[in-house]
Amino acid sequence: MTEAAVQAIELVKWFGTEEIKTYAVRGISFEANYGEMLYIVGPSGSGKTTLLSMISGILRPNSGRVLVKGKEIWTLPPNDIADFRLNNIGFVFQDYHLFPKLTTLENVAIPLILKKQDWDESLRIAGEYLEIVGLQDRATLTPTKLSGGEQQRVALARAIASRPDILIFDEPTASLDGATGRMIISFVKEQLLNEHRCILIVTHDARIYEYGDRIIQMEDGRIVKITSGGLREE
Amino acid sequence: MKGILKIAFKLLVNDRGKFATLIVGITFAVFLMVQMTSVFAGILSKASATIINIGSSVWVMDPAVNNPLNSIQLPDYILDAVRSINGVNYAVPLYSGTSLVKLRDGTYQPCSVLGLDDSSLVGRPELIQGNIQDIFADNGFIVVKDEEFAKLENPTIGTTFELNDHRGVVVGIAKVATSGLFGIPTLYTTFTRAIQYIPSPRFTMAYILVEPKSAADIPHIKAEVAKAGYLALTNKEFQQRVADYYKYQTGVGTNILVMTLISFLVGLSICGQTFYTFVLENMEKFGALKAIGAKGYELVYMILFQALSTGVTGYGLGIGLSSLLIFVAKQKVPNYAAVITFFNLALAFAMVLVIVAVSSYIAVRKVIKIEPFEIFRG
Ligand SMILES: Nc1ncnc2c1ncn2[C@@H]1O[C@H](COP(=O)(O)OP(=O)(O)OP(=O)(O)O)[C@@H](O)[C@H]1O
Ligand SMILES: [Mg+2]
Repeated sequence: MTEAAVQAIELVKWFGTEEIKTYAVRGISFEANYGEMLYIVGPSGSGKTTLLSMISGILRPNSGRVLVKGKEIWTLPPNDIADFRLNNIGFVFQDYHLFPKLTTLENVAIPLILKKQDWDESLRIAGEYLEIVGLQDRATLTPTKLSGGEQQRVALARAIASRPDILIFDEPTASLDGATGRMIISFVKEQLLNEHRCILIVTHDARIYEYGDRIIQMEDGRIVKITSGGLREE
Repeated sequence: MKGILKIAFKLLVNDRGKFATLIVGITFAVFLMVQMTSVFAGILSKASATIINIGSSVWVMDPAVNNPLNSIQLPDYILDAVRSINGVNYAVPLYSGTSLVKLRDGTYQPCSVLGLDDSSLVGRPELIQGNIQDIFADNGFIVVKDEEFAKLENPTIGTTFELNDHRGVVVGIAKVATSGLFGIPTLYTTFTRAIQYIPSPRFTMAYILVEPKSAADIPHIKAEVAKAGYLALTNKEFQQRVADYYKYQTGVGTNILVMTLISFLVGLSICGQTFYTFVLENMEKFGALKAIGAKGYELVYMILFQALSTGVTGYGLGIGLSSLLIFVAKQKVPNYAAVITFFNLALAFAMVLVIVAVSSYIAVRKVIKIEPFEIFRG
C-alpha cells in the first residue's frame, strides 16, 4: 500500500451566492496515510468541519479533488458515494447522534443493517464491538441511560462496526470532561489505529494534542502549519 | 431492506406517546367514517326495502317517483300498453300504499300495504308460516315478520284486526330481505282487496312489474315506456334512484358526507401533525443515517413503512371498533340502520391511504432535504 489513505487536492468551498461568496476552504491540499492519526486544528470558523465533510463525501467541493483509498469520490453518482461512505468511512460526531429509542446494541448495528446484513447477525457483530469499547453489559439499555463518555464509546463502536479503513471524528471530546476525553482518544489510538487504518480528528481540545501523529493547523480556510509528532500546548 | 424497515418500526413504536397518538387518531377517524357511512348505507338499503323485497326485474313508474313509498298512481291503459311492448314476458300491477290498522286493543298502527297481482302473485314474499294460497281467503293478509312485527302485537295466524272498518285476518307470516325505513309494519294482500279496503284515488296502480323475455329486451322496453311518458327502471337503477334521492335531495346525504369529511380531516390533522413532529424530532438522527451511508430512497421507505403500518393498524382497530358498536347497537335497537358494506370499508381504507400519503409526503419532503453536512456541523 503505497498510495495515501486520503488525498485532498486543491479543495475549495464557498457558501453564499455567486456574487457574495464566503470562502470556508480556500484551496487545501494534503495527504493522510495508513497507520496515521491526523489532527486538524484551528480557530472556530477556520473551515475544519467543511474540509472534513468534503473529504468524507458529505459536502461537494466547488473545486478540487478528493481521493480516498485511491478512489476519486466526487466523480461518483450520489448513491455510490453513500455506499462508499458506508463501506469505507466511519463517523463519530460531536453530539454522538445515537438513536434514543433504540438500544445501544441496535445503535451499533446500524451500519451493518444499512449494509443489508441479516438482523440477528448484525446484532451479534455489534455485540462484539460493544465489547471492544467495554460496554457489553449496557447492550440492552437505551443511550439516554448512559453517561456522555459511554455514549461516545457507543458512537465509536458504531463507527467501527462495519470495519471501515477511514475514521472521521469531528470534535469527539468536546462534550466530555478532560479525563474522559483523554481516555477515549488513547483508546482510539491504542485499540483502533493499525497499519490499515487512517484516523482524521478535528479538535479544539489542546488536552489531547499529544496523541496526534501529525497536526494540520488551519486558519481562515488555509493550512498554516503541519507539525509532526505529539504537540504539546505552547 | 428488511433491516432498515425493522429499525423504522422500532423508532416509531418505541416512541410510545406519538405512536399512541397516531394510532388513536387513525382509529378514531376510521371509526367515525365507517360509522357514518354504514348508517347511511343502512338507511339507503331500508329506503329501497320494497324494491329489494318485491324483486321485479323492471319497474314502470311515473317519472316523478323518487322513493318507493311515495308512489304516483299510473292510469290503467299503461298496463295494456306495457304488455303490448315487444320483449315483455309479462307485466302485472302492484299496489303500494299505507293504511291505519286498528288493533284488537283499539289502538291504531300505520302499516305499509302491498297488493299483489291476483292472478300471478308476482313479488310474493317467502312464508315462514301459513300457505300463500290463503291470501285469497276472506280478509286474508300476510304479515311480515321484521323488526316492526311487534308493533302489531306479535300476531299469529288467525289474529284479526280492522282496516277502514273492514275485517282483516292474518293468514300467513312472511320473511323479507330488508325491512323498511319508516318503522311501520308491512302487510301483503291481493291487489283487488287492497283497492277494495283502502280508499284510492282514480288510479290504483303504484307500479307495473315487468319481466322481460331477456335482459337484451330491457333497453327497448325502457324506450317504449319513455315514449308513453313514463319511466322504466331495472331493479338496480330504481335502488340507485332512491339512493340518489336521499343523497342529494334530502339533508341526510349531505350531512353524513360532511360528517365523514370532518372525521377524515380530524384524522388527517392529528396524524399529519404528529408524524411531522416525529420526523422533526428525528431529523438529526436521519441526518446521521445519511452521513453513515443510508441512501435517500431508504429513508423514504422508512417513512412510508412507518406511516403505512400505523395506517393499517389504525384502520383495523377502527373497523373492529365500529363493527363492535354496530353489533352491540343491533342487539339493543332492532331497527338500528347500519350495514358495513364493502364500499364503506374501501372508502375508509382509501381515506386512510390519503392520510398516510399526505402525512408521509410532509415527512418525506423534510427528510429528503436533510443535509448531513448540517448535522455534522452541529
Ligand atoms: N451552510 C453554510 N452557509 C454559509 N456559511 C457557512 C455554511 N457552513 C459553513 N459556513 C461558514 O464556513 C466557515 C467555516 O465553517 P466550519 O464549520 O467549517 O468551521 P470550523 O472550523 O469547523 O469551526 P468550529 O470550530 O466552530 O466547528 C465559517 O465561516 C462558517 O460560517
Ligand atoms: Mg466544526
